[in-house]
Amino acid sequence: MNDLSFYFGLIFSGLVIKNVLLAQFLGLCPFIGVSKKTSSAVGMGLAVTFVLVVASMISYAFYYLVQVPFNIEFLRTISFVIIIASIVQLIEVITKKYMTTLYESLGVYLPLITTNCAVLGIALLNINYGYDFLGTLLYSLGSGLGFLLVIVLFSAIREKLELLDIPKAFQGLPIALVTAAFMSLAFIGFGGIL
Amino acid sequence: MIEILVIFLILGVLLGLLLAIASVKLHVKTDPKLFNVINALPGANCGACGYPGCAGCGRAIFEGKAPINSCPVGGKATATAISEILGVESDIDSLPKVARVKCNGAANAKAIYEYTGAKSCLLAKNSFSGMKACDFGCFGLGTCAISCPFDAIKMVNGLPKVNAKKCTACGVCVKACPQFIMELIPQNQQVLVNCNNTDKGKNALSTCSVACIKCKKCEKACNYDAIHVGKIAIIDYDKCTNCGACVEVCPTHAILRYENNKFVSVVYEVEEQAGCSGCSTNCER
Repeated sequence: MNDLSFYFGLIFSGLVIKNVLLAQFLGLCPFIGVSKKTSSAVGMGLAVTFVLVVASMISYAFYYLVQVPFNIEFLRTISFVIIIASIVQLIEVITKKYMTTLYESLGVYLPLITTNCAVLGIALLNINYGYDFLGTLLYSLGSGLGFLLVIVLFSAIREKLELLDIPKAFQGLPIALVTAAFMSLAFIGFGGIL
Repeated sequence: MIEILVIFLILGVLLGLLLAIASVKLHVKTDPKLFNVINALPGANCGACGYPGCAGCGRAIFEGKAPINSCPVGGKATATAISEILGVESDIDSLPKVARVKCNGAANAKAIYEYTGAKSCLLAKNSFSGMKACDFGCFGLGTCAISCPFDAIKMVNGLPKVNAKKCTACGVCVKACPQFIMELIPQNQQVLVNCNNTDKGKNALSTCSVACIKCKKCEKACNYDAIHVGKIAIIDYDKCTNCGACVEVCPTHAILRYENNKFVSVVYEVEEQAGCSGCSTNCER
């Protein structure tokens, strides 16, 4: 029972409490860049979720199977960067060959994720928090879904903002950043739950 | 130290080999013709063809799911280029088109209330069918101007003004306008009916001073059988010779003549410029 609530808590904390975008401020580049339309925000969010889960799993395996036995844990950042970049490339090639529909909907966003700090950040955080394999899986899944949730909400707000009479100095990016700040305040309100 | 170097060397070589093998083994053969077709399209990604961007349209044309003249922007030149690549005969012989506004309302049309909501014609349409007394006219909120992927529409004195040099007749504004007053017409057409009001004469005139009142004077004045008044005066662009007889007789000036992309009998008149016109859009003076 304790285990169950712990794992459920991991998904929930990834989803809202320790949200990658609004509580940990990771991956803000696509958050601002790919959030002008809801359709592209959904594509980006799904691609990030997918890559996040796969990358975290493989980083986890590499860390505990190679780095820990050889006592080179301190090199995890640079090795994770290499691994994630190669994995994203590999995923792109594989989806192009075998999952054409998936490639057509996510393909545009995959190269953007190669250098997304949310993916690297979650892979490193999993190690820092000392989660086991299932924990890693669930926390990455929760974080990815959290990214999806927030970027879709944000893009919906930005679509509405387009219609409003905004003072000239605030038009475009400034009002988007102000909006993001307010959303962040709202999400930090989840802070004390778990 | 040596251990670290060896491990990272192995890691790098392994990942490199993996990617190299994957790119060879999983290589997807694509027909070079597909790239040629996509390159022949304008590359504006305006979405007017109904596909997500030029690459999607090019793929559909290549697979035979779409006709080779699917691109309304590129028109005949693009269709010919694609027909050369694919070896399919081009059977279209269409004149270049341009978007025009079937309304001259603005200040001429009476308002029934002051609209202060968000700047969207769609939202205005939802608030009591718009702020104009005329149910068919332009709201002047510029949804067409925002929708235009080529920055060819500018709002001037409450009406959209189409810059014919920039307009590619993609038809995005036609779909965007909730009042259906944008129309694609042949580029050489000069005489236009600038009204969309299908109400009877008196009702139309009571809402707008430049409305078509269905008096049929234009129909009688036309020597070429090119203009007919049903619910509204409609010009048959195939028959019209741009003689302007109807323009002279129209009592409410609902029929107007464009020359060199300007109204001749004018309610508004603006110099048009080629180029990006960003400076004039942003200039406050």
